[in-house]
Amino acid sequence: MGTIALKNVQKKFGDVDVIPGVDLAINNGEFVVFVGPSGCGKSTLLRLIAGLEDTTGGEIVIDGVDVANVPPARRGLSMVFQSYALYPHMSVRNNIAFGLKMAGQPKEIIDQKVAKAAATLNLTDYLERKPRALSGGQRQRVAIGRAIVREPKAFLFDEPLSNLDAALRVQMRIEIMQLHSALGATMIYVTHDQVEAMTMADRIVVLNKGRIEQVGTPLELYNRPDTLFVAGFIGSPRMNFLQGDVARVLGAQTVGVRPEHLALSTTSGQWPGKILLAEHLGSDTFLHVDGGALGRITARAPGEFPQGPGSPVWMTPDSSRLHRFDSEGRALRG
Amino acid sequence: MATRQTGIVGRLAVAPSVLALFLWMIVPLGMTIWFSLLRYNLLDPGNESFAGLMNYRYFLTDPAFLSALAKTLQLVGAVLVITVGGGVLLALLLDQPIFGRGFVRIMVIAPFFVMPTVSALVWKNMLMHPVSGFFAWMMKSVGLQPIDWFADAPLTAIIVMVAWQWLPFATLILLTAIQSLDEEQKEAAEMDGTPALSYFYHIVLPHLARPITVVILIETIFLLNVFAEIQVTTGGGAATTNLPFLVYAQALQQYDIGGASAGGIVAVILANIVAFFLVRMIGKNLEA
Amino acid sequence: MARRQPMQRRVITTAFAWGIGFAIFFPILWTILTSFKTELEAFSTPPKFLFFDWTTENYGIVNERSDYFRFAMNSVILALGSTVIALLFAIPAAWAMAFAPAKRTKDLLLWMLSTKMMPPVGALIPIYIIFRNTNLLDSRAGLVGVLFLLNLPIVVWMLYTYFKEIPGEILEAARMDGASLWKELVFVLAPMAIPGIASTLLLNVILAWNEAFWTLNLTTSDAAPLTVFIASYSSPEGLFWAKLSAASTMAIAPILILGWFAQRQLVRGLTFGAVK
Repeated sequence: MGTIALKNVQKKFGDVDVIPGVDLAINNGEFVVFVGPSGCGKSTLLRLIAGLEDTTGGEIVIDGVDVANVPPARRGLSMVFQSYALYPHMSVRNNIAFGLKMAGQPKEIIDQKVAKAAATLNLTDYLERKPRALSGGQRQRVAIGRAIVREPKAFLFDEPLSNLDAALRVQMRIEIMQLHSALGATMIYVTHDQVEAMTMADRIVVLNKGRIEQVGTPLELYNRPDTLFVAGFIGSPRMNFLQGDVARVLGAQTVGVRPEHLALSTTSGQWPGKILLAEHLGSDTFLHVDGGALGRITARAPGEFPQGPGSPVWMTPDSSRLHRFDSEGRALRG
Repeated sequence: MATRQTGIVGRLAVAPSVLALFLWMIVPLGMTIWFSLLRYNLLDPGNESFAGLMNYRYFLTDPAFLSALAKTLQLVGAVLVITVGGGVLLALLLDQPIFGRGFVRIMVIAPFFVMPTVSALVWKNMLMHPVSGFFAWMMKSVGLQPIDWFADAPLTAIIVMVAWQWLPFATLILLTAIQSLDEEQKEAAEMDGTPALSYFYHIVLPHLARPITVVILIETIFLLNVFAEIQVTTGGGAATTNLPFLVYAQALQQYDIGGASAGGIVAVILANIVAFFLVRMIGKNLEA
Repeated sequence: MARRQPMQRRVITTAFAWGIGFAIFFPILWTILTSFKTELEAFSTPPKFLFFDWTTENYGIVNERSDYFRFAMNSVILALGSTVIALLFAIPAAWAMAFAPAKRTKDLLLWMLSTKMMPPVGALIPIYIIFRNTNLLDSRAGLVGVLFLLNLPIVVWMLYTYFKEIPGEILEAARMDGASLWKELVFVLAPMAIPGIASTLLLNVILAWNEAFWTLNLTTSDAAPLTVFIASYSSPEGLFWAKLSAASTMAIAPILILGWFAQRQLVRGLTFGAVK
């Protein structure tokens, strides 16, 4: 079982209140992603759960047990570090086996488990190599292998893909998700990349300045963001935010509409504008439009859009996809 | 959990070293200060009496002290000039693409690893001997009168040997600093068409300002304490006695413990001035 | 900087550099050469460079007459002994400062370094008197003690810099893997720190071997290392250059070789981090 509950968890570094207070319930087998900008406290939160840092207040409960006085190794968790943190002087085999060795397991069992983990991760041919002879992706797999082999209640990932190049990142993302399906274990994954969050998570926890802004499934966060921050963070390109008359008419301080929810026309529409820049990706076209009093607006057109910079364009927002926010940045519903 | 534990273990781990160094600092220093306030001569033991600051007055007004101070400063100053100037030039030279660069490096670095007594005796005898020394032969072959180093210019002789030993230190450090100069900066300057001398003056020299300061400070600390070379070549004498040697002579040759201790404290104060700046510099770097 | 005329420039610079390097190295070379001459040839003018009667008699004489071996052993014992003891003290201290830093850690480190800046004459008299009264004069134990204290700040400092270079995440991974503090140190930290410890050992053995203040003042014969032995040639009888050269060559050869390996450590250890 791998349920984790955070009850009013706080963390101060000296005088700096990094995490004022976090409450969260993670269910067994969930893939939860902590996402947020740099410095929002997501890695700190992960390290508190791991036991690498002590909390300044609150409780961390794993499977019903308060783990405040339990050292990291005995919490039943495994961690995959951003820099992989492999033991440079040990072979791949010994890296993976280290945790089991520390737990005093007999040699035959260790060999068996290492072989199984290596097979799952395609590392069998590399077992005798040292980390410096491996590529970034291979090192990442060794780090994951080291985590798997201890059969933890939950896996903790601290931005594991940040050091990989783009193509490798996509591939590893899929592998991690397949791992999750295969093992069914709870996984907490920290990233600053909202695309990773959206594609991998069962639920996303959006953090900002040490506080939870919103918790929900990817689509919940996409369709019903609770705050301005979440609305602007999730979705790429970023949601357009409009203020002034447009917002006031709808009874809000700020109105938001995603680029993909603007219907574009070269003849007529609700909001007129002039194209400043067009980004042609083949599958989509992103237009950066000068909307006059409305400011700069980003719009997405599926496929090719024939007009270029300087041409006029009309944008019509999908009224069912307009988000309204009050002066505190909170969503207005109803 | 782990973080709480390491705090206590950490303090225990540092304790022995701190204790050892603390005793090493306090006990001798304290005793030296105490002795400096006594009239204490090893030839007349058991007759020590409190003398207040008398030792300091005698020591500081003794012409031997002023001479020793002057010699100390001359020695330190001259060696600094030679080693830093020479070090910069050598470092620049070694930074160039040369064939067998590694070998040249070995040759330039070697003097630092020679023990001071060997260095002193080799220089005094085989190189500087006025009749059969190598330098004598060199000068005679170009028609010059050989210099009797230790009779006519003993301090200079010592300066030469000490500078020879410390040149590698300065060179190594400045070479390391030069090589840490970002390759891309060099290339940018080249794209800008910067002539070599200008490049040196505007880019390399400012970059070296810090390491040069470090070299000066560290060398000064060690140069204030030159001892072996003097003892082994001239055995003292007015022309080559520096502050440490003066203290040594008063303590272990004249057995005037009180006076020598006062001298020792003066040397400590002098060193502390330099140490203050050095520690501040290191401290700033520790932040980085 | 100049890509035009690379060859010509390189050759000139090379010649120049070799010239200067040779000039600097000359005293050492001359010593080695002289050690193979007879005393008469060593003292003769004009000096002979390569064409003389090569002989190894000086090495033999030095060894027999003055029991060179004993002095060399003392050098080894003093240098190695003081450095090893320093390591025993310094490894835990540097570990604590690098991995469990407290608010005072930086100040502590600076204070330790500052003890190295104290002029030896400030401590000479008390140490001499204490040693005299406790029979530690001319004793290996006493001198190992002094050299240990002299070395300790640099040993701690160097180990600290090496330990700081070990990524903290690897130690955290060990913690997550269930290693107790002790196992973390033995299985993960120590193997990674071996090169750093070896480098520190190397440089400090060299510095202790060459130490020429305390060794000259606190020993006479029993515990006297090579520094003192060579110093005895400052008031010799008769012709002695060849013998001095032989003795010197033997005294400095090991350190010259070790010194070649210790170059980088020299920068790290003696600039106290002020130069990267």
